[in-house]
Amino acid sequence: MFDNLSDKLDSALHVLKGHGQITEVNVAETLKEVRRALVDADVNYKIAKEFTNTVKEKALGQNVLTALKPGQLMVKLVKDELTELMGGEAAGVNLSGNPSVILMSGLQGSGKTTFSGKLANYLKNKKTKKPLLVACDVYRPAAINQLHVVGEQIGVEVFSDEGNQDPVAISKAAIAHAKENGHNVVIIDTAGRLAVDEAMMTEISNIHTAIEPHETLFVVDSMTGQDAVNTAKAFNDRLNFDGVILTKLDGDTRGGAAISIKSVVNKPIKFIGTGEKMDAIDVFYPSRMADRILGMGDVVSLVERA
Amino acid sequence: EKSKTSFFSKMSKAVAGKSKVDDEVLDDLEDVLVSSDVGVATTIKIINRIEDRVAKDKYLGTDELNQILREEIAGLLSETNSGNATDFTVPAKKPYVMMVVGVNGVGKTTTIGKLANQFKSRGLKVVLGAADTFRAAAIDQLQVWAERTDVPIIKQSMGSDPASVAFDTVQSAVKMDADVVLIDTAGRLHNKVNLMKELSKVKRVMQKVIPDAPHEVLLVLDGSTGQNAFEQAKQFTAATEVTSLAVTKLDGTAKGGVVIGISDQFQIPVKYIGVGERVEDLQVFNKFEFVDSFFK
Ligand SMILES: Nc1nc2c(ncn2[C@@H]2O[C@H](COP(=O)(O)OP(=O)(O)OP(=O)(O)O)[C@@H](O)[C@H]2O)c(=O)[nH]1
Ligand SMILES: Nc1nc2c(ncn2[C@@H]2O[C@H](COP(=O)(O)OP(=O)(O)OP(=O)(O)O)[C@@H](O)[C@H]2O)c(=O)[nH]1
Ligand SMILES: [Mg+2]
Ligand SMILES: [Mg+2]
Repeated sequence: MFDNLSDKLDSALHVLKGHGQITEVNVAETLKEVRRALVDADVNYKIAKEFTNTVKEKALGQNVLTALKPGQLMVKLVKDELTELMGGEAAGVNLSGNPSVILMSGLQGSGKTTFSGKLANYLKNKKTKKPLLVACDVYRPAAINQLHVVGEQIGVEVFSDEGNQDPVAISKAAIAHAKENGHNVVIIDTAGRLAVDEAMMTEISNIHTAIEPHETLFVVDSMTGQDAVNTAKAFNDRLNFDGVILTKLDGDTRGGAAISIKSVVNKPIKFIGTGEKMDAIDVFYPSRMADRILGMGDVVSLVERA
Repeated sequence: EKSKTSFFSKMSKAVAGKSKVDDEVLDDLEDVLVSSDVGVATTIKIINRIEDRVAKDKYLGTDELNQILREEIAGLLSETNSGNATDFTVPAKKPYVMMVVGVNGVGKTTTIGKLANQFKSRGLKVVLGAADTFRAAAIDQLQVWAERTDVPIIKQSMGSDPASVAFDTVQSAVKMDADVVLIDTAGRLHNKVNLMKELSKVKRVMQKVIPDAPHEVLLVLDGSTGQNAFEQAKQFTAATEVTSLAVTKLDGTAKGGVVIGISDQFQIPVKYIGVGERVEDLQVFNKFEFVDSFFK
């Protein structure tokens, strides 16, 4: 196995070195390596193909008689294209409502409950908001408890209705409670669900319709592989979500799923999760993510050597 | 999406009477494997094997070819998977101690609940150990599973030393004359050195009670995880000598193909698959069914 993209680019760029210009032939060779490396970084294989085709068009259109050597040029093109694809300025959440209602969604174990706590903590401390956390996961063993523990850790009130099996009713009651008690943000934690689970997808789409959230977030594990596209698309089809949260980036995954999701739903990635603790939240920076997927420390040195 | 039949019929049409599988079919195969998270390196390995076998025997029929494809892919899944394909029994060690490890949110606690149910329904006396003392309400969650399956749970308070919980659990299990001990551990990312050391310690401490415990270290992998699962297998094996794998969430659309390369490289058998959130949603792994799922 190649370690990462930069290793692959490195070997691929040997092909380019020595050639004075970027031709159809040497671009194809290099891009095949780039494509495989992207797939190894968990970028969806179809999206990796589209991506390398775009880079190829751009590469062939380039005038090689610049200060950059062909190898440097290719690295730059790949990195620029990736950053652009992942979006511009970091986007915040919509806090225009009173209360602003934020709905969490995602697969099982992706990090919704933890992120709900982190976001509440962030809005409380950084934006001086008064959030209310709402426990709408009526299935997972001890899910309600988990949110209560999280709420206690950060000093944020948690609304729950143990025994009530209807998340629509719970979320409506929670919003009413927020209005009465001066909470200006309501964060609704929901159960994990698979995109192919029709009953559960209907459930969350019913919650969505009933409460008309100002912000619907799709929480996804950054270690996700090829399936990220299917899941993101299915959730987006039902919820038309506003943004994506990438969790568990404190691991060593390359996080190629970020590209796949961005390409398939074209929604901004808003925050990242970088740990289990409540302060392990950060805004998303497209260029840092591109660096990560590419193994940029190495790519920079690659450019210097080229 | 490609259907199984269309892929297989295309494949057989393309090779009938030829000594070489044509590129288009191999590209298709590459797509199927890569989109199942098999990974580039393992995919190339599989394709090379198929090309070799086809080159050796020019007169392959459709059936033989399908068979070869399944065999070559399944062949990479650890040999130790063969046999015992249908049961949930454990070796006759009393108590048989199983420690369950993995990164955050993969399904460790749920898998333990399901296993407890399986073992118990086979007449075995099961004890659970709540050694995740870190994640919010982790002990409560395991407690719910203990109640659901009606098995005893050994626990301490949140924040206590997980090694101490594991020690207590094994000691109580011996006293209770239990058959199986299932130790739940906190999810941890494999690149966190201190947390991985903690896990080695949990393991070591149990050996004060039973020198060869834990008899099994089950690494749980989320079936939707991509190539990072390799690194997980590597680091957890380094810290705890993982002996078996469970792949969860295969009731979704993810295929879990990354375990093929893992099983091949680390020679760790896949034992169980999780196919839902209910207590009965655990199956013994069957490699041919698993491989077939890539072509569905
Ligand atoms: N290392 C790390 N762990 C995280 C992060 N976010 C969440 N986790 C952990 O991932 C696991 C699952 O997180 P939860 O918040 O329970 O996930 P969930 O989506 O609510 O899960 P379900 O409700 O079961 O669908 C827990 O062990 C969390 O501590 C993160 O950014 N980094
Ligand atoms: N659909 C599906 N969901 C599963 C499966 N196994 C576990 N889950 C769900 O995945 C989520 C996480 O499961 P847990 O058992 O809490 O995972 P864990 O590894 O113990 O998590 P941490 O202790 O936080 O690291 C829960 O919502 C489970 O219900 C499975 O096979 N299929
Ligand atoms: Mg949750
Ligand atoms: Mg757990």
